[in-house]
Amino acid sequence: MSDTKEPEEIQTPLLDELEKGPWPSFVTDLKDLSEKKPAVKQLLGQLEESYETRTDHWLGTVINLDGYGGGVIGRYSDVVDKFPAMARFNTIRILEPSAWVYSTAALRELCDISEKHSAGILQFHGMTGDILMLGSDNEQTFEAGEELMEKGWDLGGSGAAMRTLACCVGPARCEMSCFDTLGLTKYITDTFISELHRPEFPYKYKFKLSGCANDCACSMQRSDMPIIGTWRDGIQVDQEEVARFIDERGERSVMNTVIARCPTQCMTLKDRKIIIDDDNCVHCMHCINVMHRALSIGRDRGVTILIGGKRSLKIGDTMSSVLVPFMKMESEEDWERLTDLVRRIWDFWGEHGMEHERVGEFIDRVGLGTFLDGIGLEPDPQMVNQPRSNPYIKFEEYTRPRMAGEEKKAPSVLNKEPDGEETIS
Amino acid sequence: MTTTKKTAPRDNGAPEFKKFLHPLMAKNYGKWKYHERLRPGVLVHVAESGDALYTVRAGSPRTMSVDTVRKICTIADKYCQGHLRFTSRCNIEFLLAREEDIDPLIREVRDILGFPVGGTGPSISNVIHTQGWLHCNLPGTDAAGAVKALMDTLYEDFVNERLPQRVKISTSCCQINCGGQSDIAINLQHHKPPKIDHGKMQICELPKVVAICPVAAVRPRRVEGRDSLEVIEEKCMYCGACHGQCPSMEIRDAEADTLSIWVGGKSASTRSGPSFMKLATYGLPNNPPRWPEVSEAVCRILDAYKAGAKPYERVGEWIDRVGWKRFFEVTGFPFTKYHIDNYRFARTTFNTSSQVRL
Ligand code: SF4
Ligand code: SF4
Ligand code: SF4
Ligand code: SF4
Repeated sequence: MSDTKEPEEIQTPLLDELEKGPWPSFVTDLKDLSEKKPAVKQLLGQLEESYETRTDHWLGTVINLDGYGGGVIGRYSDVVDKFPAMARFNTIRILEPSAWVYSTAALRELCDISEKHSAGILQFHGMTGDILMLGSDNEQTFEAGEELMEKGWDLGGSGAAMRTLACCVGPARCEMSCFDTLGLTKYITDTFISELHRPEFPYKYKFKLSGCANDCACSMQRSDMPIIGTWRDGIQVDQEEVARFIDERGERSVMNTVIARCPTQCMTLKDRKIIIDDDNCVHCMHCINVMHRALSIGRDRGVTILIGGKRSLKIGDTMSSVLVPFMKMESEEDWERLTDLVRRIWDFWGEHGMEHERVGEFIDRVGLGTFLDGIGLEPDPQMVNQPRSNPYIKFEEYTRPRMAGEEKKAPSVLNKEPDGEETIS
Repeated sequence: MTTTKKTAPRDNGAPEFKKFLHPLMAKNYGKWKYHERLRPGVLVHVAESGDALYTVRAGSPRTMSVDTVRKICTIADKYCQGHLRFTSRCNIEFLLAREEDIDPLIREVRDILGFPVGGTGPSISNVIHTQGWLHCNLPGTDAAGAVKALMDTLYEDFVNERLPQRVKISTSCCQINCGGQSDIAINLQHHKPPKIDHGKMQICELPKVVAICPVAAVRPRRVEGRDSLEVIEEKCMYCGACHGQCPSMEIRDAEADTLSIWVGGKSASTRSGPSFMKLATYGLPNNPPRWPEVSEAVCRILDAYKAGAKPYERVGEWIDRVGWKRFFEVTGFPFTKYHIDNYRFARTTFNTSSQVRL
């Protein structure tokens, strides 16, 4: 006798609790969907079991489309006896348009493909940025993938590859944006589309792009390479608007909420005018956020490039740190200069990084100085909060082999192989 | 006979976003002048050309049926010339050229979709979350359900702008922590070393599992004549990295796992730089379907923040100003030895001055 649950046997009393309350309920939505997609009923049945026992029922597996090394998250259930439709229930990751802008025609196309080849569940969006299409078996996964690609869509990244990029709305709708976040996101994606689809790195590599320090794309901690807009001339001040702001909110408000909050104390208020010591402005955006009609970003714009952010796995969270304090990012040549730098980083990290070592962990291991040597970038005081205070320094100039006049070749990287052997390469 | 192509073209790349821009976005691309928040959930962006683009932001459950997405499209076709966008926190932004369409659109968003309008300015934005029991192979708790229950509680702070500054919340359902840094984060915590299923060990993966352990607690061992692994329990800190690599290293324990709450994460470099979130309280039960203990603890933090923070101060900035002593006093969470870091760089988190608040 089979344990398979007949549709009418699938009850979800715990999930039903999530149909209450004012926030929209995914349970209600999925229940409605299950009327035409019986597999969704089983999905809810399995989820109910997880709620009952606080135990997950998914296992992971690898499935790839022809020519691709990632982009599909293979899933099968450990309770298929009860929920046979969960025998295969994959997620397809689809590259999203920059800044998640859509036409309804595009969304409807995704809906049609999803309804035809999967359970009809979409997520906008996954943590990395992709559109997620849930619930296709292996056959459907291939069909959906082919149809998506036939219509011009493409799969997102997974595994030890360049991952799908994400960016803020930038110039499409924000006056704070210092560069074309959407255009550069597409350019990097397309330039490195092979690296995105074929995992060949030590581990994943994520880019997120924000048009200014407000970092709406959350790049600082959620990407290996945040690219954040900035400017190197002065903040544009419209003193008439400053006066109007003072009339509306009072001088005290300007003092307390703007002047006093500037992290470098580079603003003063004099005769109802704002004066900024621009050399000392760190482009933090606070004053512009508060007085966004009176103050605006400078005109000589570019980006700050940072490196090494990631979440917990496995050495604990790391924050990105400055790699290139300023780079123009306007022309195709600027974009190429950036992708050149990225290639140098991937070459060096690819050669010396250990399996599962994110670039930030790699820098921690080999040292930022060695890393800069390896990618051919000059050190810059903006890369640190302070110079070192510990005196244990290996000055290459004063130690062999350089003392013997030998040319310095590649930077020395101490490789710790998993078996514990230490090798210099 | 016609031949059909075996496979569709490959490596198409990212979709051409220019096709998807609202006409006013395309026309005023890079030429925006300023914006205003008209009311909670409604923005207007004014371009140098004088054009005004209105945005209505609605919270979504992120996981949606194709029918719901089609309903969204129908509304966007009617009021938004067929264009919309999503935010990094899973909100939907309806884009409108005409101010008079705002109210009818909001009515349809409410009546047809049942989605709340808000999440702008000093409010709680939609909770960023992970896959959880719905579709991940690693979770010890659910994500979408926990978020739904929490947002029911925080609903009024989504549809109003009544906080000192924006508050971003995230959840993560294992210690890989997909959810990212936030002002308030709810994360699962494991409490036992992985249980190894020696019979199912996939031999080829063993060196990878050994290599991934951050504290070198995994080592090869022969068990009943087969290659397998063992975990040095004193070293293991229950991070679950090995479990991500190998399903036979089960880290989850339905009875033992708990939830912890972290505060003060910030990504923006605005004012103070970005910051990591820090442990506020721990040991909350993993209590589906509505996790009431989590909502209660989050509300406690929010109440204290509302009462104590100055305008524009994010949660972490508020705590930095008033000090952690005060934070634990006003929230009532006990401060214990577990709040004191003992991992890498722990000393950088100690108070190495004689400055104390008494
Ligand atoms: S990061 Fe800056 S430019 Fe981008 S959307 Fe946010 S405020 Fe605008
Ligand atoms: S952008 Fe930041 S650092 Fe620069 S003047 Fe404004 S508040 Fe000060
Ligand atoms: S936080 Fe962990 S369990 Fe949750 S979706 Fe991410 S990897 Fe899966
Ligand atoms: S849970 Fe973490 S610390 Fe423990 S054995 Fe696994 S990888 Fe190592």
